[in-house]
Order: sequence, then C-alpha cells, then structure tokens
Amino acid sequence: MHNFLFGIYPYIALSVLLIGSIVRYERDPFTWKTSSSQMLRRKQLIIGSILFHVGVLVIFVGHLVGLLTPIAIFDAIGISHGAKQLLAVIAGGIAGVMALVGGGMLMHRRWTDPRIRKTSSFADIAILALLLAQLVLGLGTVFVSLQHLDGHEMTKFMSWAQGIFTFRSGAAAQIEDVALIFKLHLFLGLTIFLVFPFTRLVHIASGIFAPLRYLFLRAGYQIVRSRRHRPLEERRRAYDKVQAKRGPSATTPAE
Amino acid sequence: MRVRAQIGKVLNLDKCIGCHTCSVTCKNVWTTREGVEYAWFNNVETKPGTGYPTDWENQKRWNGGWVRSASGKLHPKQGSKWRILANIFANPAMPEIDDYYEPFDFDYDHLKSAPDMTAFPTARPRSKITGERMEKIEKGPNWEEILGGEFSKRSQDYNFDQVQKDIYGEYENTFMMYLPRLCEHCLNPTCSASCPSGAIYKREEDGIVLIDQEKCRGWRMCVSGCPYKKVYYNWDTGKSEKCTFCYPRIESGQPTVCSETCVGRIRYLGVILYDADKIEAAASAERETDLYGAQLDVFLDPNDPEVIAAARRDGVPEDWIEAAKVSPVWKMAMDWKVAFPLHPEYRTLPMVWYIPPLSPIQNAAQAGQIAMSDQMPDVRSLRIPVKYLANMLTAGDEEPIVHALERMSAMRLYMRALSVDGVRDEAIAARVGMSGRVIEDMYKIMAIADYEDRFAIPTAHREQNEHGADIRGGCGFTDGNGCSTGEAGKTTLFGGKKKKFALPQETF
Repeated sequence: MHNFLFGIYPYIALSVLLIGSIVRYERDPFTWKTSSSQMLRRKQLIIGSILFHVGVLVIFVGHLVGLLTPIAIFDAIGISHGAKQLLAVIAGGIAGVMALVGGGMLMHRRWTDPRIRKTSSFADIAILALLLAQLVLGLGTVFVSLQHLDGHEMTKFMSWAQGIFTFRSGAAAQIEDVALIFKLHLFLGLTIFLVFPFTRLVHIASGIFAPLRYLFLRAGYQIVRSRRHRPLEERRRAYDKVQAKRGPSATTPAE
Repeated sequence: MRVRAQIGKVLNLDKCIGCHTCSVTCKNVWTTREGVEYAWFNNVETKPGTGYPTDWENQKRWNGGWVRSASGKLHPKQGSKWRILANIFANPAMPEIDDYYEPFDFDYDHLKSAPDMTAFPTARPRSKITGERMEKIEKGPNWEEILGGEFSKRSQDYNFDQVQKDIYGEYENTFMMYLPRLCEHCLNPTCSASCPSGAIYKREEDGIVLIDQEKCRGWRMCVSGCPYKKVYYNWDTGKSEKCTFCYPRIESGQPTVCSETCVGRIRYLGVILYDADKIEAAASAERETDLYGAQLDVFLDPNDPEVIAAARRDGVPEDWIEAAKVSPVWKMAMDWKVAFPLHPEYRTLPMVWYIPPLSPIQNAAQAGQIAMSDQMPDVRSLRIPVKYLANMLTAGDEEPIVHALERMSAMRLYMRALSVDGVRDEAIAARVGMSGRVIEDMYKIMAIADYEDRFAIPTAHREQNEHGADIRGGCGFTDGNGCSTGEAGKTTLFGGKKKKFALPQETF
C-alpha cells in the first residue's frame, strides 16, 4: 500500500494533471477561467484573496525549489540542511498562516454569502476545502519538523520527490518511516494534482503564462486582428507589383 | 499612412426621445442569458444623473481610460502592465454588481396561482442571482429616468464640473437630456490594453472591438480599464462580454439592432477611413481639450485621391471607399462638425459620436428678454448649459459645442424660412459658415433621416479571408465541438492539422 500511494499514485496524479489539462485546454477552452466572484461580492474578497494567493504562491515556489533542487547544490553553495529546514519552517509557516487566514475568509464568504453560495459549484467549494485541509496539514508538519531541526528528515522528502521525477524505482521507500502527518500531507497534495484539470485550479497555468505573454510577447498595448491571410507589408508589395505591371495610364475609372 | 476602415456611429441627441427601444431590442438579442441579466450593452441614461453603473464617469474612483505621463507616453489609468498584473488577485477598481443593480424578476406566477385571499395577490420581486426575496429594489438599469430621485444625488454628475449647479435643482431652471450609451469601439481601447490574456482585439476590417470568449480567463482588468464601463463580467460563465456592434448584421450590410429599431431615427452608421499610424500621437495629445481635434486629424478624407490610392494599397475594398464618400458619420463629424466624441479626455479615441441637443430657451417666461443675435437665439442661453455639454463631449472646450448648436439652430431658421416664407435665405447659412445647399443636405440627413441616408454599410468581404473550397461541406456556425459528424471543429488533439497559436498580427 505504501508503495502504491507514494510510488505509483504520484505518476497517476501527475499524468492526469498533465493530460487532463491539455485535453481541457484543447477541447473546451471556454471553460478555462478563474471563475472570479468579485463581481458579486467584494466584501472579504480583496484581503482574503490577496492573502490566500500570495501565501499559496510562496508555499508553492518554496516546495518546488525545496523539493526538486538536488541536495548536492545546497551542499555546494553551503546551505546546511539545518539552515534549510529552519528557512522552510519559518517562511513556510508565515506563508502558510497567510494562506490559511485568507483561504478561511474566502471559505467563510463562499459558504455564508447567499450570492456566492448559490453560484458556487460543488467543485468550487470542494477544491477550496481540499486546499484548506492541505494548509492545515502542512502547518501541522511544522510542529513535527521542530522536533528535528537538523534537516535530516527533510532530505528524505527531497530524495523521494527527485526519485519520482527521475523515475527511480524504490523512491517510495525513502519516506517509509516518516510521521503520519507528512504522509497525509503528501497524499492530499497528490490528490489536488489529480483533480486539478477538473476544477478552476486550471487558472494557475494561465496565471503563470498570461503575464509572461502580456509583459514580454505583446509589443505595445493594443491588439488588432486581421482575418486576411497575408500581413499588410506583403499585401502592399503584391499590390505595388500589380500596379507597376499595369502601367501609369491604366487608372481605374473611379478616379 | 496606414489606412484602415471602421464602421463609425453617430447618435443625434437632439432627437432622442428616451423610449429605450434600442436598449430593449439589444437586450432581447444579446443579454437575456443568465449571468448577464444585469448587463445592458446599450442603455439610455437621463442626464444630469450619475448613470449606469452609478458614477461611471468618475475616473478617480474607477481608474478607467488612459493617462499621459510627464514624458508624454500613455498608460492605462489603472496602471501600466506591471501594475495591472499586481492587482490580478483582486481588482481594487472593479465595480460590484450593486453598482449596476441586482438583477430581479417578479413572482408573476403568484398572480394566477395564489389561493383565495382577502387581499389581491401581488407579484413581489425576487433576485435573479440568489432566487431570494428582495424586500426593496434599490436600483435598476435606469434608476434616474426623467429626473427621478433627488437633485442632490443626481447632481453628483461629473459633467457639472465648473458649472454653478445649484440653480438647476430649482424646478424653473431644471433641464434634462437623454444619453444612449453603448461600447465606443475605440481606436485606442483601454479594455484590450488591460487584458493580460490578450483576449480583446480590434478588427482590422471594420474596427469592431470583440472579446475572444475562448481566450478570456476572467482576470477582469477590462471591466475597470474601460472608462465607459461597457465591458460586463458574466458571473455565470466567468468571462467578460461587451457590445459586439452586432457584427453578424454589420458584416451582411445591416445596421446594428439598436440602430435598426431606433424609433426617433437618431442613429447613423457609416464608414470612416482612418490612419492607424496617427492613433498613438493623437491619443497622447498634451492638453485634454486638444484630443477632439487630434482625433479629427486621424480621420482620412475619402475624397482625397491620395487617400483613395493608399486605401486601395492597404486593401480597403472598393465598395468601402465608395461608402466612406457617402458616410453620414463623416458628414456630421467632419464636414459639418456637429458630432463629438463622448468624453475624449479618456484618450481612447471613441468611435461612437454624439450630436449635442438643442434645448428650450432659458427663462421662457421672460420671452421678451431672450438674448438674440441676428434673429438667432444665443445658444449660450439655452436651458442645457453649454459647459455641461462641453464637459461631456469636448473635455470642457465650449467653442466647438457652441459652433455646432449654432449650425443646428441656423438649420431650423433656414428651413423655417424656406418652408413658411418660401425664401432661401443664404444669409442665415452664411452666418454659420455654410451654404444653403449644405444646410438642405444637413436637414435631409439629420431631420428627415431616411433609412438610406442614415445607414451606408458596405458588406464584409468574405473572399478576402475565406477560401470557398475550404469551407465547402463545413458545418456553418458552430459553438465548440458542434459538428454533427462528431468531428472536432478546430481543436485537433486527436489527429488533424495542428493549429498554431495565433499571435496578434499587428500591434502598436
């Protein structure tokens, strides 16, 4: 069972995440959206949403860097395991509390405000509940981590995560003996990956790519779309060519 | 010079009777769906008033439109690209649905299904969002209709800037006018500039600004970016929607629904040729009062042989050039200078223009003392203060408004002389810098307003963008994967040609 949950389930979850997202983006781009409810109720959203999103983003980047950077790199630049553990506990703790407070406000708003409640789908409420549970579990692991600040425990998760991503068999064995709360946290995290394509979470992908395109690929501010097949310059050249052939006397009667 | 064509629009406020036929027909066609019950792509406001959504003209509050920085560059008032992205989690300048109104319906069924009661059954309102009973309706799409509500509230109207407004609260001095509003299909739209997803675009062929529903992600920056508050967030689909200028009708040469059904025949549609290379400079004009003139400079004279040659070279179809020559919009905006852009100070270069209304002479009771100059009433003593109209249409510059109102009252005087006395009084025309012939043309188009004179709409040229062979055997209009053969429309995950992500072809 342990091997299934942490050796095979990660691949199932990540595959569904990847393929499911591609299918949804391709087949039904109309449903790809943030599902913002700010229009219906501003109250509690501004503070709640900012706290939640900033907190979650910090945590997400922290997990990404913390788990997937090879241990050798930390060793090479002289960050001890203990220091890394401390950083993770402090930064993660603060961001976790921010996200939890913000998420709590959003959940309270979603649950009690009649406008938001009525217009919420099951998935909207369920995914927020999952994320809140995950935040509680994640903050719960802080207390366990405080028991062993040498950072040894953390290296197990790094080996596991990197083992998964490098297709090493026996990755699951790395975390066989960690505390139960960690295992629950990992399982729930993988489950969130699994349901990603079926919820509004897909807007995370747009939240990463749209700003890049907006800032770096769009030259100015405006967008003009033409339905013609050739760009203007090419059309102009073709037009000039035809005009040159006609000779100067061949003006159209309209002139 | 980069010549492009746009179907522009003019609304003659002098003739608007505030019947709301435009709003109702528009709504029946476009926004009767869940999520946009509150949205009116076209609405008619009674001015003075705070409008719909409430206080929309107050850009200190909503941050719509553009601002010119000290260096002369433009950026959206809500912030440059970085600033907009920083607000992506929660948009501080976005109106809530209560700023429009909470959509509601009435329990009509109760009228016929109520049991035997001592009192008559009533149809009480119910929210269209929550389905719950609404005890009191606090706002609607036209809450200030015909000066409804107290003056202290209506006078928050932004156009009262620098007007001694207190006297207009008195019954004897009060004034009103109607202002039908729709998307301006701007040359320099802030909605599209604010969209992080790049979902909003202007069409090269006819200038219509549209939202790509498949690319919209619901970041909501367009809603606050648009200074006219004419982009609406659909709370059901999570996408933004706006006036489409009835593009399927325009493409087939028909007027928009609002124009077609206008009872007062106040709406005009026609081609305007413009120079796309001049847009940026015009929108960045230093003084706000220069913006109206700067926009006139962007428009190109369709009778100028150089313009015609350049238009042909840039692919403007021949019938579009011909339509531009007879465009009523060109005549009213450029030839006669009686039409003006709505709030040019937003720097969006709007393309729906307005003819200011004449109004009864102030203090009609003192008819003997009316300020007259050469038989013509002084337009500055009209009931609607010129400053008020100028704040609305020319960023506060009164001269162009006075000029237009004088021409319009000269038209009345001239036509009165012609039809009552049978005299063509060229002197009247000359006083406003026109000739009798031009005034008669103006009368034909603005007063008589025959269907053919109001609308000069060339059809879209499908041959420029579709190959007949490609669409043979196609499934016509579809939504999503609508083809009955089960074949994917344009989505190609499982086979078929790969459709490349189409980057915008032209940017400026």
